[in-house]
Amino acid sequence: MKREQIESIAHLARLELKEAEVCAYQESLTKILDFVGELERANTQGVAPMAHPLAGLTQRLRPDNVTESDQHERYQVNAPRVEAGLYLVPKVIE
Amino acid sequence: MSLHRRSLAQLATGLRKKEFSSVELTRALIDRIEQAQPGLNAFITVTGVSALAEAAAADRELQAGRGGPLTGLPLAHKDIFCTEGVRTSCGSRMLDNFVAPYDATVVTKLKAAGTVMLGKTNMDEFAMGSSNETSYYGPVKNPWNPGLVPGGSSGGSAAAVAARLVPAATATDTGGSIRQPAALCGITGLKPTYGRVSRYGMIAFASSLDQGGVLTGSAHDAALLLGVIAGFDPRDSTSVEREVPDYVAALERPVRGLKIGLVKEFFEKGLEAETERRIRDALAHFTRLGATLTEVSLPNLALSVPAYYVVAPAECSSNLARFDGVRFGYRCREPRDLTDLYCRSRGEGFGAEVKRRIMTGTYVLSAGYYDAYYLKAQQVRRLITDDFARAFAQVDVLMGPTTPTPAFALGAKTSDPITMYLNDIYTIGANLAGLPALSIPCGFVEELPVGLQLIGPHFGEEVLLGAAHAYQRETDWHTRVPVTYE
Amino acid sequence: MSEAGWETVIGLEIHAQLATRSKIFSGSATAYGAPPNEQADLVDLGYPGTLPVLNAEAVRMAVKFGLAIGATVAPTSVFARKNYFYPDLPKGYQISQYELPIVARGALEIVLDDGSRKRVGITRAHLEEDAGKSLHEGLGSLTGIDLNRAGTPLIEIVSEPDLRSAKEAVAYLKKVHTLVRYLEICDGNMQEGSFRCDANVSVRRRGTERLGTRAEIKNLNSFRFVEKAIHYEVDRQIDLLEGGGKVVQETRLYDPDKGETRSMRSKEEANDYRYFPDPDLLPVALSSALIEEVRKSLPELPDEKAARLSSQYGLSAYDAGVLSASRELADFYEAVVRGAPKDPKLAANWVMGELAAALNRDSLEISASRLTAAQLAGLLQRLLDATVSGKIAKEVFEGMWSSGRDADAIIEERGLKQITDSGAIERAIDAVMAANPGQLAEYRSGKDKLFGFFVGQVMKATQGKANPAQLNELLKRKLAP
Repeated sequence: MKREQIESIAHLARLELKEAEVCAYQESLTKILDFVGELERANTQGVAPMAHPLAGLTQRLRPDNVTESDQHERYQVNAPRVEAGLYLVPKVIE
Repeated sequence: MSLHRRSLAQLATGLRKKEFSSVELTRALIDRIEQAQPGLNAFITVTGVSALAEAAAADRELQAGRGGPLTGLPLAHKDIFCTEGVRTSCGSRMLDNFVAPYDATVVTKLKAAGTVMLGKTNMDEFAMGSSNETSYYGPVKNPWNPGLVPGGSSGGSAAAVAARLVPAATATDTGGSIRQPAALCGITGLKPTYGRVSRYGMIAFASSLDQGGVLTGSAHDAALLLGVIAGFDPRDSTSVEREVPDYVAALERPVRGLKIGLVKEFFEKGLEAETERRIRDALAHFTRLGATLTEVSLPNLALSVPAYYVVAPAECSSNLARFDGVRFGYRCREPRDLTDLYCRSRGEGFGAEVKRRIMTGTYVLSAGYYDAYYLKAQQVRRLITDDFARAFAQVDVLMGPTTPTPAFALGAKTSDPITMYLNDIYTIGANLAGLPALSIPCGFVEELPVGLQLIGPHFGEEVLLGAAHAYQRETDWHTRVPVTYE
Repeated sequence: MSEAGWETVIGLEIHAQLATRSKIFSGSATAYGAPPNEQADLVDLGYPGTLPVLNAEAVRMAVKFGLAIGATVAPTSVFARKNYFYPDLPKGYQISQYELPIVARGALEIVLDDGSRKRVGITRAHLEEDAGKSLHEGLGSLTGIDLNRAGTPLIEIVSEPDLRSAKEAVAYLKKVHTLVRYLEICDGNMQEGSFRCDANVSVRRRGTERLGTRAEIKNLNSFRFVEKAIHYEVDRQIDLLEGGGKVVQETRLYDPDKGETRSMRSKEEANDYRYFPDPDLLPVALSSALIEEVRKSLPELPDEKAARLSSQYGLSAYDAGVLSASRELADFYEAVVRGAPKDPKLAANWVMGELAAALNRDSLEISASRLTAAQLAGLLQRLLDATVSGKIAKEVFEGMWSSGRDADAIIEERGLKQITDSGAIERAIDAVMAANPGQLAEYRSGKDKLFGFFVGQVMKATQGKANPAQLNELLKRKLAP
């Protein structure tokens, strides 16, 4: 795996990449991808991909009712930064 | 027999007969937990105070002649289950400060049944690992030998049960995380069919593979608990609307006539010789009980580990995107801008194995690679599932080793991820196919426990529990306790 | 900056919030305007361990839409995760639909300015969840995130790039707007953000087949802005290309104050969304029974209604179109006709005329009209039976509008009844003739134009109540030399 690939994946995943980590990731990801590359050998012509182990089951539909009430004070106890009920992050420029 | 050696069933009888109270029992176990903690590190949070309150409430119920079969019984929850008002860390720095605002359905159900929670057990970070060495809170030791791993990711729950700190603990299994620690710690571990137990409140690692289950001292205890935690949950779209049978009643099913399938690929190279001998001994025992052995093949089994290591990281890379330092969890200090907030909170909050899997998962889903990896893995998944279906057309249950060797040394496999991944070779198939599976102790190799794995068809928990119970009625591997914890 | 030789190609992506009571994947309320984060539950906040459960009504509404545009409704559709990081997206992914949307391939017909009709293809429509909101004002170097909107159900409607001008784009947008309100699946409130539009705009030399590079203009929330933004963007692209430059494929925002589009730099790094089927949701299966049930529940659609109004009431296509702009308006009109069946055209004129003007003036929707249809019909009856003249009727209308009372009450109270007694009219004419001998003489000597003067004088004398037809007849007779 090339350095640029590692950097681009780390950015997509929003993971800080320290200089020392780049090499480590290159090595381990290359190993892992070689390992899973075994899958190529499988003959999967015409085989439908399986997203769920529950074959044939379909999504249940929930009736359109409001069942939740305001609990924001309780939930915001966990929040790193909150003001006037809003979660705060460094300014986003659009 | 001392309280801590008793099974759930025995404790329940004792409570009803008023031989002891839930408070006494709880106190005794909390003491054991606190004593064992420095050496074992099985717990992340011990909830001593609330446990005593819950035990007192249970005692009142029992006094009044109310309560059910589990009222007053103590257990521990793997720290992956949200527990309202109690820290739920998932073994990670990312959630070290996270106090869950709600209970997982599994927790709600066990609470409603009157159980008493003694604490939250240690685990591999975000359930990623097979040795409980990736936890932010330090590794868990194997009660049989503190220089060895207990297995993972449910290492804390397994160690706690094996050391008889609790009679039972909840756990989760995505690639073997209940069964493998059960095998390495010499206890019983059950992973139910996918969709049998609600995932609501169970912090997600790989959504199509994760399943909640239990670690106990016996199949009987597992049946008791499964009856409580199984069942449809409207909050989980992947939970199945299917009646919950009486698993305890099903324990008495006869083994005579049971068709056991021996998976050819489970007995190939890689399986350590002495371990294989213990497995063969156990199989012979089943034959004596009237079961038949047939060789079956799962020809695509070898692909199960690579397929898993595409699907699981892919799903986890997406599931863990919500940990961003905004609404809960770890936030880095003084973020310069939004990108810095994300990158450093996640970079500092997650450990190395988690980050490695997020990177892998992000890669296999990315443009240009989706077809070659993710799509391919899901196709292979179907091949493996079909293999199992074909096998179950011939036999009732598959049996074989849970792990290729007994417990290995701490630090032995942490340098190379692939070596660690290969530990899961016998267990992963059941997760990919969504099948129920159980591991029970069946002997020792050099004083270390060996686990026998039973895999059943979808919703075949009764077959598994019945077979395991029959074996445990006539053997005593499951009653052995490490000397240190007798 | 010549547009000759250039062809504009536009595709619109519309996001309409579905008018369900609760969110698409959680039981939180969807009502607009709650204080920050008071309508965001654990599922909406993306708390660890939470899971989505699909709202049945959101599905029904999507099916309704699909049937109304003649599209195929997919018997099986799949939710997929669209993965990206943004603070208003709590899970770090949006649950949307990718390869298998719930609605595929439909179309809508629009009417252009010259009256011609054009078919606009709709590639697909799918269900997804809305994101939260970012607030940048008043927080210094920080942005505040409100997740009340996160999880509101959206239907994303993607048109084919069939639109060839800003006007066509607006006509299509209005058509979809009318339709979703007819179907009662969306309230269409653009100010509140329940109906938003992104425009994909490109240009190419006339006669070429290949599409030019397009720019996406996001979050246009008024018909006016859509038109202006497209005009600006087309000019910008033509200028760029004629100057030898290249159009960059990018996302742009419309700045209504400056009247221009500008590039959104931050969102434009190659966003690899890494779509994959959401493992927390199973495939959505729609039985033909359910689809039939929804089909039966479809109301008369705008085009059908306009055609029927036209043929049933003898209205022009244009008038029928105006009256069927909303179900409420069409229903109101038909109720008026029921109350004054003799002259549906009269009813149409009054609804499109006086009533519309009054509603506009007071910024009211038809549903908040200060007059009921029955009341307006009552007024028209008085017109038709000559109790009042057309001019007086307008006065009565104003009186009804401000007081909410019936026509008869106003007419009675203000004594506005038309004078139809010939004797009285004659007496009034006589008095005017007597008071204006000069004009009388001039008229009789040939100045025909003065007829109007006399009409005016008699009207003044009778406070406008003289029956115009009778007045004309009698005046002609009396003025004759």
